[in-house]
Amino acid sequence: MNDIIDGFTQAIQLIVTLNPEVMEIAMRTLMISLTATLLASLVAIPLGWWIHFHEFSGKRVVINIIQTLYAVPTVLVGLFVYLLISSSGPLGMLGLLFTPAGMILAQMLLVIPMMIGLTITAFSGVDRTVVDTITSLGATGYQSMVAVIKEVRFAVFAAVILGFGRAISEVGAAMMIGGNIRGYTRVLTTSIALETSMGNLPLSIALGLILLSIALVITVILNIVQQRSRT
Amino acid sequence: MIEITGLCRKVGDRVLVKDVNITIPDGMIFGVIGPSGSGKTTLMRMIDLLDNPTRGSIVINGTRATRDKKQQLELRRKMGMVFQKPIVLSTTVFENVSYGLRFRGVKGEELKSRILEAIDLVGLSGYEDRYAPTLSGGEMQRVAIARSMVTRPEVLLLDEPTANLDPASTEKIEELIRAINSRFGTTIIISTHDLDQGQHIAHRIAVVIGGMITQAGTPEEVFHRPLNSEIAKFVGLENVIGGTVTKAEDGLAAISIHGTGIEAVTKEEVGNRVFISIHPDDITLHSGQGIEKNTTSARNCIMGTVTVTTLSGPFVLVTLDCGFPLKVIVTRRSVEDLGIQPGKEMQACFKASAVHVMKS
Repeated sequence: MNDIIDGFTQAIQLIVTLNPEVMEIAMRTLMISLTATLLASLVAIPLGWWIHFHEFSGKRVVINIIQTLYAVPTVLVGLFVYLLISSSGPLGMLGLLFTPAGMILAQMLLVIPMMIGLTITAFSGVDRTVVDTITSLGATGYQSMVAVIKEVRFAVFAAVILGFGRAISEVGAAMMIGGNIRGYTRVLTTSIALETSMGNLPLSIALGLILLSIALVITVILNIVQQRSRT
Repeated sequence: MIEITGLCRKVGDRVLVKDVNITIPDGMIFGVIGPSGSGKTTLMRMIDLLDNPTRGSIVINGTRATRDKKQQLELRRKMGMVFQKPIVLSTTVFENVSYGLRFRGVKGEELKSRILEAIDLVGLSGYEDRYAPTLSGGEMQRVAIARSMVTRPEVLLLDEPTANLDPASTEKIEELIRAINSRFGTTIIISTHDLDQGQHIAHRIAVVIGGMITQAGTPEEVFHRPLNSEIAKFVGLENVIGGTVTKAEDGLAAISIHGTGIEAVTKEEVGNRVFISIHPDDITLHSGQGIEKNTTSARNCIMGTVTVTTLSGPFVLVTLDCGFPLKVIVTRRSVEDLGIQPGKEMQACFKASAVHVMKS
């Protein structure tokens, strides 16, 4: 019990004193996950719009596959990306394995299905007359997409926030693709796994608290967004 | 000018619009009236190029609409459309009105001044910063009209714009439609199932029943000289009854209605099955055998028994059983003077020219 209390005390000291190692890991984590979320948004939102507002054969099947991929295990995504970017893989020449860029790619692929699915759900709440109104006002396809996204901005933003939450909290793909290299690809989740196995509880707890704080911030933002969307 | 030729739209096995041919000159308010589900909205959506026709053509100011998206966008930008359901986007009134201009790349001072002008046009000055979804239905519809008018369209399409509004809001919108037409010369196409609205707003009217234009003409023609019984019933004409021409001479015909002979001014020939309609206020009532037929200019005097009397504003609607039901409008004073009450025998008289004859 004392170990846990000591661990918490030291962890808080590490955070309050802005311990360089803790801050560096936290910043890298944020950088990788924010970049992955942003890039995933650029793919997922237009794709979600396209899937929802266009009729094509197999549309229902595509949506079912996307929904199935919500819960894909992160290690499977890690394995897929590993096969893709390892030296013998089709993208091996890019040298992305064990780099932050490779981790960004893995996190993107992890969150894109969920973000597409949630975006489709957001668009399904748009009254068809709203889309017709925007079209009749002389919007081009792109202008129409932007205007419709503005109509459901809170729901789309919620999809982005949830995507970020999934990206920052995953450990399997980050470990497999990043390799948990100190000062280069080590992020909060991989670091917690490593430090705990090494018995360095204060550092693990400190990193865990930071991860928890980020989760708390995400929840608060989501609540605010959901409240605004109801008013 | 809008020229529509042979326009059809079919979805699956359902024919929504069939062989529509109309020409709408510049600056006209053109009413499209018809019962719910008759194809009015489908027609309006095709004119705004939101839906493609299965067959036929739409020519807007000399340009024939094709399925090319770029050309459709160019043509659509010359038009504005307001939908039945008042739709505002989730932002302020000012931003709502700005959409069409922003889509066309208008910026800066011009953007601002044109938006304020459009908001003023619909009488919503001072509402610029209001969150549009919190407005009343009538106010939202005025925002929708401002949003369409801000781009100065050549054609304004209004799809049942007052269907969901209270009478006060409806009146404001109708005044606005007239003002837009007279001030800017905008061609307006308005669909409505409100017959009064169609009658007092539109310069010309097309009646759509079952996806087809069954009659097009001035309100006077459509509401007083309908081409067939279906239109007559839809436009609310009373005393629409079927019969057969038994005699025809010099433009005057005798029509047998359930065994009763009615004289009418028509060129229909003997043996033709026809429908007649008689406006209830063209019929006069007399007690018993009140007047001899040759003592009045009315060529038709028939006996009937009063079955029902109902109040209709300041008047009374009297229904007689003359072998067929005949409705007559009389004043309350006449009801008292003539002692009109159910069961009483009355004589109904009307001129041959008051009988409108339609093809069966």
